[in-house]
Amino acid sequence: AGKSKVDDDVLDNLEEVLVSSDVGVDTTLKIIDRIEERVAKDKYLGTDELNGILREEIAALLSETKSGEETDYTIPTDKKPYVLMVVGVNGVGKTTTIGKLAYQFKKKGLNVVLGAADTFRAAAIDQLQVWADRVDIPIVKQAMGSDPASVAFDTLQSGVAQNADVIIIDTAGRLHNKVNLMNELTKIKRVMQKVVGDAPHDVLLVLDGSTGQNAFEQAKQFTAATEVTSLAVTKLDGTAKGGVVIGISDQFQIPVKYIGVGEGIEDLQVFNKHEFVDSFFK
Amino acid sequence: MFNNLSEKLDKALHVLKGHGSITEVNVAETLKEVRRALLDADVNFKIAKEFTKRVKEKAIGSDVLTTLQPGQLMVKIVKDELTELMGGDAAGVNLSGTPTVILMSGLQGSGKTTFSGKLANYLKTKKTKKPLLVACDVYRPAAIDQLHVVGDQIKVDVFSDRGNNDPVAIAQAGIAHAKANGHNVVIVDTAGRLAVDEEMMTEISNIHKAIQPQETLFVVDSMTGQDAVNTAKAFNDVLNFDGVILTKLDGDTRGGAAISIKSVVNKPIKFIGTGEKMEAIDVFHPSRMADRILGM
Ligand SMILES: Nc1nc2c(ncn2[C@@H]2O[C@H](COP(=O)(O)OP(=O)(O)OP(=O)(O)O)[C@@H](O)[C@H]2O)c(=O)[nH]1
Ligand SMILES: Nc1nc2c(ncn2[C@@H]2O[C@H](COP(=O)(O)OP(=O)(O)OP(=O)(O)O)[C@@H](O)[C@H]2O)c(=O)[nH]1
Ligand SMILES: [K+]
Ligand SMILES: [Mg+2]
Ligand SMILES: [Mg+2]
Repeated sequence: AGKSKVDDDVLDNLEEVLVSSDVGVDTTLKIIDRIEERVAKDKYLGTDELNGILREEIAALLSETKSGEETDYTIPTDKKPYVLMVVGVNGVGKTTTIGKLAYQFKKKGLNVVLGAADTFRAAAIDQLQVWADRVDIPIVKQAMGSDPASVAFDTLQSGVAQNADVIIIDTAGRLHNKVNLMNELTKIKRVMQKVVGDAPHDVLLVLDGSTGQNAFEQAKQFTAATEVTSLAVTKLDGTAKGGVVIGISDQFQIPVKYIGVGEGIEDLQVFNKHEFVDSFFK
Repeated sequence: MFNNLSEKLDKALHVLKGHGSITEVNVAETLKEVRRALLDADVNFKIAKEFTKRVKEKAIGSDVLTTLQPGQLMVKIVKDELTELMGGDAAGVNLSGTPTVILMSGLQGSGKTTFSGKLANYLKTKKTKKPLLVACDVYRPAAIDQLHVVGDQIKVDVFSDRGNNDPVAIAQAGIAHAKANGHNVVIVDTAGRLAVDEEMMTEISNIHKAIQPQETLFVVDSMTGQDAVNTAKAFNDVLNFDGVILTKLDGDTRGGAAISIKSVVNKPIKFIGTGEKMEAIDVFHPSRMADRILGM
């Protein structure tokens, strides 16, 4: 008893769980294939062992490059200022994530400066200002409609002058199929390098946890425009599972660093693979 | 991804040609492709399954012998079925109130505030109405400022009350303000909320009860994945909303959430959002959406 065999029913059920978590058909089949292989090897594999194996297989897909290995808000000590640029499509939670991250860095005793390079969306600058006030850190901004690259440039100059440890640049939400807007990101990046040669040190792509398969295309196009180096998945306090990041992390080898679990300043967590996978089966 | 669904189906159906008509056995491979296409488009898992079953019933017995491209026949069956599923009652906005009250609802970041502006602009310019926007999001940083900026852009008045953190009271005061100032449409923007957040769902239910809107609209991001059904159902349970708004369709998402939501709540999709600008609003076309979902 308790050792029923992994048969087609079990695998069908697994498929439903994974696809319903937005893992996507390709990645789901990849995971199921790997499990079938192991079932074939070990004839007595039961459903009890399945969970453990499943977690291992999914964890293996979540980029090897330290996805979910970090346990704290750390930044390399040899980069000062450490420049973080935050990108993503509209409304995913970029600005909010910046506020929460700034708060975490500040708590660690780091000097943080924010740059309001979303000069397009209605009241985007005011929104970032509210977060800067909450965290009690400086913000660099210009008027609405000004050139975002110029704001980023100013922010880096000001950050360097203020001896900042971390600079975080907010950018306007943009859909990845808009060539001009994607080119603008490339330009922001290039202009920052006039101040800090190897900036940005981290390009954080924010993905909304309730997004489906389109997140793949987002990762692809933002990576093409800016060489994304890490992912944050937001809104996981809801019922959406955010499973699409498994395939993304696997295919693009980008680690998931943070997850958003609410709208409050404390509602950011360092990504934990195992908890993430467990949430699919709840 | 499956720009070539029709091609794939042609291939899968190629073998059928020799058999004359579509049968239970020989259509299995094709249905797998259809189901796959739907899942890639983010149609909910269970709904994709039911849908494929219905398509199978329609397809069985169809004559493919005389068809040059059986894939196209199958695509047509699928497309017609999808279009029908997303269609239904013609969906304008009910403007019968004095003033007409429209309540916006939805998850965080779905596009409520932007759409409030677009709708106000649409009603003003296309229906010669005099709308008022009411700022009931008392939580999101600078949410009130955002609505004011939007209102300024389209030259529509915005009612807000910065000291007040009771959205029910603000909504009511907004309607009173509208009556006193000759506005015949009131659009109430609300904070984004998760369906599992009981307190916030109670709040919007209270707003709904207090202002009894002619139109309650559920705004959903067209990039939404499998969770669309849960959210739509939960909001509908609380608000019994009148219509759905699909935003951000200027992207390249397939938008399968449209099918999922329609299937689960059976409410019309009224408008789509196709950009960040105030003019980027369009009425919903089921057949175009079906093409999009199928990647055609
Ligand atoms: N429940 C929940 N809401 C979140 C989370 N992160 C962000 N939000 C909310 O999502 C909405 C959009 O967040 P923003 O930070 O403005 O998103 P953005 O990507 O900066 O948006 P744009 O600049 O307009 O592209 C706001 O209402 C946030 O409060 C999260 O982890 N959980
Ligand atoms: N490309 C595109 N962007 C859109 C569309 N509709 C809204 N947006 C953008 O999506 C983001 C979120 O829109 P908001 O109107 O702030 O969304 P909201 O639902 O009011 O957000 P909360 O109040 O935080 O819950 C903003 O960057 C908007 O400019 C659309 O149809 N297309
Ligand atoms: K969740
Ligand atoms: Mg923002
Ligand atoms: Mg809003």
